[in-house]
Amino acid sequence: MIRDVAIGQYLPGHSFLHKMDARVKIVCTLAFIIAIFLCKNFWSLGLMVFAALVMTLLSRVPFGQLLRSLRPVAFILLFTAILNLFYTKAGNVLWHWKIFTLTDRGIYTAVFMAVRILSLISVSALLTFTTTPTALTDGIEKLLSPLKLVKVPVHSLAMMMTLALRFIPTLIEEIDRIMSAQKARGADLETGGFIRRAKALLPILIPLFVSAFRRAYDLAYAMECRCYRGGEGRTRMKQMRMGVRDGVAIALFAALTAGIFLLNHFFAHLI
Amino acid sequence: MAELEVRSLTHRYGAKHMPQVTAVKDVSLRVQAGELLGVIGHTGSGKSTLIQHFNGLLTPTSGEVLLDGENIFRDKQATRAARFRVGLCFQYPEYQLFEETVYKDIAFGPRNMQLPQDEIDRRVRRAAQFVELPDALLEKSPFDLSGGEKRRAAIAGVLAMEPEILVLDEPTAGLDPKGRETILSLVADYRRQTGSTVILVSHSMEDIARLATKALVMNRGEVALYGTVDEVFSQGERLVAMGLDVPAVTRIFLSLRERGLPVRTDVYTLEQGAAEYLRLFGKGARA
Repeated sequence: MIRDVAIGQYLPGHSFLHKMDARVKIVCTLAFIIAIFLCKNFWSLGLMVFAALVMTLLSRVPFGQLLRSLRPVAFILLFTAILNLFYTKAGNVLWHWKIFTLTDRGIYTAVFMAVRILSLISVSALLTFTTTPTALTDGIEKLLSPLKLVKVPVHSLAMMMTLALRFIPTLIEEIDRIMSAQKARGADLETGGFIRRAKALLPILIPLFVSAFRRAYDLAYAMECRCYRGGEGRTRMKQMRMGVRDGVAIALFAALTAGIFLLNHFFAHLI
Repeated sequence: MAELEVRSLTHRYGAKHMPQVTAVKDVSLRVQAGELLGVIGHTGSGKSTLIQHFNGLLTPTSGEVLLDGENIFRDKQATRAARFRVGLCFQYPEYQLFEETVYKDIAFGPRNMQLPQDEIDRRVRRAAQFVELPDALLEKSPFDLSGGEKRRAAIAGVLAMEPEILVLDEPTAGLDPKGRETILSLVADYRRQTGSTVILVSHSMEDIARLATKALVMNRGEVALYGTVDEVFSQGERLVAMGLDVPAVTRIFLSLRERGLPVRTDVYTLEQGAAEYLRLFGKGARA
């Protein structure tokens, strides 16, 4: 059923990662992603994988849950790995058949790439697992607030994002309901060619748009009734404060980055 | 006319690895042709889940649904046939309107049944007549209608399929008293004129008491009470214990009993209430 699609995969908890400031988490995730692309050999990559493992343990997100969030990217992962496997021409040839050449360098690169993507995705997943969508958008808003100086409507953008996230489950439920209603009137959504199927979507899309607009109006009125006038002078119920925890995290990340540079430097080769 | 039978139907929501919720648990019932079954229960009691099995929208986790003795989940054709024989009208059906004109929207169901053009036209006009939508409205956009008209147009969309069993999930929700009355009387008319079976989910005990021949009370996904309206409403105390509303008349007699008066508590219509009142306090009741 369409309802089972997981969007916004926040898992409530009280771990170290859950309690961290969203801004710090976002910055650290970005730093991690950049750092992982700076890794030049298996030693520095190993350090990053180790860091990712430690973070997973700290977050107390079950491994199974994390693995499931990797499923959608499994194809990309496999694709990059295979591409790297056969397109690397350098190194000692191990096996050759028609246009396919397998070299030891190819195997290294394929594994390297796969591990890189895997840790990248799992760390980003950790961010969404341990941060509520609201905290996430609040954090982004705070981080982008310097852009206000060049007249970027940061608050409106963040509000739009929060609302969009908020309404995804509502709209999914709505689609579900409309689909059932039209199926009850004999709508056939599963058979037929492309054009037929696209046409069959109309009875679902039109009511969906109508109700989305209706909800938008209702929400806009409700916000105006509460005197919403944009971000100016607006305070927050949940103030973001950085604590010792965040300081520790930043220090660890700095150390991690330094570690990568050192490892890159001392082990110049891929392995 | 069709007879609907449900055999120990259970439905669990939730994908693998996720906490599962049993929405409907071991429900069995048999609705004879021409009956009007009232379904009562709290929000979340499994009513809506249950009725979506009747036309094969949901597949049961276990158990079966039989239409004239045939399992509607036997194969795809059987399920599709059940779609058309059992018309299901959801809560707030006006949110399913989508066509350019009311006429086309009502014709959506019959068109999906692949009926000939003149038959479609006959059914649309008949359904519109049933729900008292004037011809002038048929060429309007459904989005230009009033709330009550939209509701009736949407119900007409289900009626136009001329289902042998009509299932309505709270068709009067959110309407004013006059709108409610119109909808309920058109449902009763449809049943009388076509001899169809009607299954009506409602929160209003008065409506069920007045219209239904049988009543089904759902509680936490299970059948709490099932029988004729007399049988079910004579259990006023159990209904109250489940946190359900009982007709106002029943409530009065229940509290009279509480105060120690020797009254019957299986009263649920105004007429019965009046008779019981006269028996107790009327002329010659106490010599």
